[in-house]
Amino acid sequence: MKSTFMHDIAIDNLKALFNQLENEKQYQPDWLFHLRSRAFENFLIHKFPTKKDETYKYTSLEPHFSGKLTYLSQTKCSNINIDEVFKCDVPSLDTHLIILVNGWYYASSQQELLHETSDGLIYGSLREVTNKKPELIKPYFAQSSRTINNFLDDLNLSFMQDGLFVYIPPQARLEKPIQVINLVVADEAVQIYPRHLIISESSHLTQILFCDHSLNISPFVMNGTMEIYLKDNAKLSFYRMQNAHNHSIQLTNNYITQSHQSEFKSVYVTLHGGVVRNNIFVQINGEEAKNSMYGLWLADKNQHIDYFTHVNHNKPASESNQFFKGILDDEATGIFSGKIFVAKDAQKTNAYQSNKNLIISQNAKVRSKPQLEIYADDVKCSHGSATGKLDDDAMFYLRSRGISHKESCQLLMFAFASDITNQIDIDPLKEEIETLVDKRLRGELSRCNRCSISCT
Amino acid sequence: MLTIKNLKAQINGKPILKGINLEIKAGEVHAIMGPNGSGKSTLAAVLAGRDYVEITSGEVLFMGQNLLDLAPEERARMGIFLGFQYPVEIPGVSMVSFMRTAVNEIRKYRNLPPLNSSDFLKYMREKKELVEIDTQLTHRSVNEGFSGGEKKKNEIFQMAMLEPKLAILDETDSGLDIDALRIVANGVNKLKSPDNAYLVITHYQRLLDYIIPDVVHVLYDGRIVKSAGKELALELEEKGYDWIKREYQKI
Ligand SMILES: Nc1ncnc2c1ncn2[C@@H]1O[C@H](COP(=O)(O)OP(=O)(O)O)[C@@H](O)[C@H]1O
Ligand SMILES: [Mg+2]
Repeated sequence: MKSTFMHDIAIDNLKALFNQLENEKQYQPDWLFHLRSRAFENFLIHKFPTKKDETYKYTSLEPHFSGKLTYLSQTKCSNINIDEVFKCDVPSLDTHLIILVNGWYYASSQQELLHETSDGLIYGSLREVTNKKPELIKPYFAQSSRTINNFLDDLNLSFMQDGLFVYIPPQARLEKPIQVINLVVADEAVQIYPRHLIISESSHLTQILFCDHSLNISPFVMNGTMEIYLKDNAKLSFYRMQNAHNHSIQLTNNYITQSHQSEFKSVYVTLHGGVVRNNIFVQINGEEAKNSMYGLWLADKNQHIDYFTHVNHNKPASESNQFFKGILDDEATGIFSGKIFVAKDAQKTNAYQSNKNLIISQNAKVRSKPQLEIYADDVKCSHGSATGKLDDDAMFYLRSRGISHKESCQLLMFAFASDITNQIDIDPLKEEIETLVDKRLRGELSRCNRCSISCT
Repeated sequence: MLTIKNLKAQINGKPILKGINLEIKAGEVHAIMGPNGSGKSTLAAVLAGRDYVEITSGEVLFMGQNLLDLAPEERARMGIFLGFQYPVEIPGVSMVSFMRTAVNEIRKYRNLPPLNSSDFLKYMREKKELVEIDTQLTHRSVNEGFSGGEKKKNEIFQMAMLEPKLAILDETDSGLDIDALRIVANGVNKLKSPDNAYLVITHYQRLLDYIIPDVVHVLYDGRIVKSAGKELALELEEKGYDWIKREYQKI
């Protein structure tokens, strides 16, 4: 009975919010309003997933939407001291720095909302491009996300306002990586729905780093959607670090659509977050495309981390690799559920998936569910899952050299994690993330400790 | 330096060590020989502090301290070193960070300041030359993908780095070709001093041609059944262990 009640509260709240935003005419332009209405209707039909839903068996999200969550129609935090934010930047790494505050693209009065280079490369605010160049995004916007029923994307589309937009035309080259700092700064509980769209048509490698941070400890729900489209031969590497505080609910929906001979690599590192659910949907729609995904989560206390991947091979001769690793301490829960789907004509597919978990405390919980669904006969697919403790022989070996029990654990945990951090191809970023991982494993990191900004 | 008195130990309820007595003084080299399964590695494990071996009676004093009360890392810092019969591969832990952590832990115990990066690398280079270990090995993860011989040389290298008081070498010679054997033995001989001691566990006389022991013990069925000078090793090489077993069974 209780859960039905919560259900209703959450849905009533969201309904009221939707109506309010509609009345306030926050839903321009029309084509977008149309998409939103359909998404919200879909949400009202399917509602929140229950425990019977296999895809949300271990993670119940409805209670997190039933409390009072303020929706920020505009960023209240307009006077951020930008120099302070720059301290979040990776030292010695030159990037195009983009800051999102509570889901809104942040630009001071001197800054452009959209940057355009001479070879046609455009990046900046999604809201701005929606208003100024809708023809650029219409063929892509919500196209991949609407093919799969996902209530989180329904909600994101219903309530999104802004986010990152990147378009790289053929031949264009992004000289340095784009770094997005996705900040939450609020003094009350908030709900945030950033939405990002990245389109690459270029065979030059584009690198995007995405860091999720919170600057104070008010609880929040952030439900973001990212759509990435790689056209023929496009190459993109995407690094995401989640490091908001442990009272946060961080939900991400990542849709990757790949064409012929495109290459996509992604590395996710989850350091902090109360409840984290990362949905990653890959559609391989072209031949000889390559997708590699790496994920690492370090969880302790009551953290609950849930990774869900779904890789669809729809065309022949493509390759996908998934490596996900979790380290779980205290009462933390780590969930990995991954599916590889190979369509009937996707012959010569190579698909691999692995999930390994290291359990530090007896009370930590791990659920690992790999799935293969294969309709083609000439394919190479495999998956594996292993969960274990620190190796006794290795522990003893290290201690027999004078290294303390604690430091030996630290070395072994770091080694376990390094399989994933080694996949970061940008050296200064790799070093920075290794430092953060090391501190995180020592319990010395609450959030990015260089960040110390607040609203003025 | 080390005194073992009537040491008895079991694994999973099965008695393995059945009353060991042994006295090692600074500057000495002791060899322990004996057939497979007689408890040599178990004795080494007990001295290094492995917890799957349960001590049922006896005592072990090291530099006057009750060794059995100490954690493995505390023993190592006091100067016990175990050269493993089967060194473990630890992927993802680099030799450099492993050795740097270990050396600095031991320096801390000796009230010395930690070595900074460049001093550490210099120190490591010196030791590598001393034990003639391949430079490549220290660029890799601990023992990962090392050949049998490389793993054993790596044990000697670690010994050189940590400068122990008592080094227990458990079949460090097994599986080594004659060149590697010579490198291992040379390492030991260079590091030998009046202040440290060695307990060399081996199957073969040939190592003892290079590392001359002061005493040779035969461990059989959990007991030291015979102790004599270095000529005992030659006798064992010639006659095998059967005569020892027969002698032992008569008692
Ligand atoms: N980890 C272990 N668990 C159970 N039995 C063991 C273990 N290690 C050694 N033993 C047993 O202890 C006995 C002595 O083994 P060990 O000390 O390795 O002999 P040695 O080194 O002289 O060949 C053998 O019977 C062996 O089977
Ligand atoms: Mg042995």
